[in-house]
Amino acid sequence: MRHVISLLIENESGALSRVSGLFSARGYNIESLTVAPTEDFSMSRMTIVTTGSDEIIEQITKQLNKLVEVVKVVDISEAAHIERELMLVKVRATGKDREEIKRTADIFRARIIDVTDASYVVELTGNQGKLDAFIGAIDPALILETVRSGVCGIGRGDRVLKV
Amino acid sequence: MVLSGAEIVIRCLQEEKVEYVFGYPGGAVLFLYDALFQQETVRHVLVRHEQAAVHAADGFARSTEKVGVALVTSGPGATNAVTGIATAYCDSIPMVIISGQVPVAAIGQDAFQEVDTVGITRPCVKHNFLVRDVRDIAATMKKAFHLARTGRPGPVLVDIPKDVSMQRCEYEYPKEISMRSYNPVTKGHSGQIKKAVQLLLEAKRPMIYTGGGVVLSNAAEQLVKLTRLLGYPITNTLMGLGGYPSSDRQFLGMPGMHGTFEANMAMHYSDVLLAVGARFDDRVIGNPAHFAEEPRKIIHVDIDPSSISKRVRVDTPIVGDVKEVLDEMIRQIESGEARPNPEALASWWKQIEQWRERKCMVYKNSDEIIKPQFVIQKLWEVTGGDAIVTSDVGQHQMWAAQYYGFDKPRRWLNSGGLGTMGVGMPYAMGAKLANPDMQVACVTGEASIQMNIQELSTCKQFRLPIKICNLNNRYLGMVRQWQELFHGGRYSESYMDSLPDFAKLAESYGHVGIRVDRPADVEGALREAFTTHKDELVFLDFQIDQTENVYPMVQGGKGLTEMILSAEDL
Repeated sequence: MRHVISLLIENESGALSRVSGLFSARGYNIESLTVAPTEDFSMSRMTIVTTGSDEIIEQITKQLNKLVEVVKVVDISEAAHIERELMLVKVRATGKDREEIKRTADIFRARIIDVTDASYVVELTGNQGKLDAFIGAIDPALILETVRSGVCGIGRGDRVLKV
Repeated sequence: MVLSGAEIVIRCLQEEKVEYVFGYPGGAVLFLYDALFQQETVRHVLVRHEQAAVHAADGFARSTEKVGVALVTSGPGATNAVTGIATAYCDSIPMVIISGQVPVAAIGQDAFQEVDTVGITRPCVKHNFLVRDVRDIAATMKKAFHLARTGRPGPVLVDIPKDVSMQRCEYEYPKEISMRSYNPVTKGHSGQIKKAVQLLLEAKRPMIYTGGGVVLSNAAEQLVKLTRLLGYPITNTLMGLGGYPSSDRQFLGMPGMHGTFEANMAMHYSDVLLAVGARFDDRVIGNPAHFAEEPRKIIHVDIDPSSISKRVRVDTPIVGDVKEVLDEMIRQIESGEARPNPEALASWWKQIEQWRERKCMVYKNSDEIIKPQFVIQKLWEVTGGDAIVTSDVGQHQMWAAQYYGFDKPRRWLNSGGLGTMGVGMPYAMGAKLANPDMQVACVTGEASIQMNIQELSTCKQFRLPIKICNLNNRYLGMVRQWQELFHGGRYSESYMDSLPDFAKLAESYGHVGIRVDRPADVEGALREAFTTHKDELVFLDFQIDQTENVYPMVQGGKGLTEMILSAEDL
């Protein structure tokens, strides 16, 4: 099962490697991992997308909690939540492809944020499925480069992850 | 008060009432050694290899309830310490390791004697720190000791660059430390404890299974009280030996791979299993799938939530300090009406006595050749069963665990989790320094002892009259045993050729060396070591039966009930 784990961790050097080291040492999967400081700069928020049986997810949560610098851990996928990922795609945009890509971008509510006479950079935000669908909708031969941020997640409504 | 970083470190050690630091100097820690030199409260024990420094500090901690402290230099000093740190980590031993580091500006430049110590040790410490600013030293040291001794204890490493130890700042030792990210639970959930007590009292075939957590939490008294109150059978793991007196009738011996038949059968066929400070290790429960076949309710008390339901599914988890939880269990039982079911308990004990009748802990003694088990039994007699016994890793470790009946906690020091050969003598050194009035014996083998044999020199310098009982079978005995049983008797590289004359070797360091060849001389030699040469290190080199194997045995991958009781079972 796919799970989205959010955690707050002290913003100290080495904190990220404690988390990634834990996953590799214990053989847990990381599908994606994103991290950045929160509004309180002493703390970072990390979103980890992982897969595993209920037992493994329980161990992952416990092992993360055991790390001294981890302040809080929540499996946000246990209840209603929102996931977003940012993708930038550089595509070859010449001739009739220029208009076609523009149209596809509009359909996906993506934005073109860099234009040259031969290429576009398309910016797209959404859940993983939407991003995958956009990639699927573009002729693979036109894709020069893609970069994805990994998933950010947050609980809906009253569910708040805060110290 | 303005002090240098090095002086601050030593001040912090004084504040933490550290008596001994085990270490080895080098370039990156020169300022620390200079500060050590200029004071007298913290004494330094100069080992001959950094691995031994960490093991000795570890042995010091295991035999007391204090935090062990080791001091090593950067680069090879730190890498040599890693085995010691990992050993302590696997057995949850409270330690603080201070390592020197190259100056801050040189970090990452591949400087002389530079390694990423924090990176290398990250997976084998409870936590570690690189101190980049002299103003952070005091708070970091305070945190290190706090982390090491609270919650599930463990080693904490503090890496201090040379320039940081040289710089000066105002010093004040923080009285308290709070970390928002670290608040271990000590008090068990009372509702869960209530459920557990009810389950325990309703049990028909109860079993108590306890581990190193009881020793670490100093909860032996509570454990004895609870076990006697209930009248239930109990087993202590290799790490938990001494948690409950082994001479007591309710004690079934050690469980697991080389445990007793009765302990393993009772573990397997219990209907309610109370696990306390133990972690269902593969050496204890054998094949987890086989163990899970028998339906039973499991109550698991542990300070570390991640130990619970890690290897077996637990029905009633209780997170908390073992001592506090046991106290609460006793209180609830004593204040309640319910008592264990006497008929069920009687028939359960009847069954257990039948298992016990199999007398799995026997060996064929000999007049011709020394049996290792016999040496351990004699060691028990000569020391009145009240010595601190350390061991290395292998057959001798199992024989010591099986045949030296431990009645008290912190008397049995061995590397249970990591299984590190070479810990025996350094553990004995640490234990002897911590308990100068106690008899300290190191049970070892000719292979293990050579992994830290250089410490004979340290023992001379610091006058550590430990007694080394070398069960010399000229083989890596446990490897040979597995090769005999599972690899067609092909003894690949498990023989120990070109051995030194250990007695002469010990003498060359200025110690007493005694070689013992005949069973009739075993007791005399031991008495000589513990009386005539009471104040000297004695190296007893027992030439034992090369073919002796450790039984009973549960083979790797097998279940607890599928035991080989003796060689005849093969």
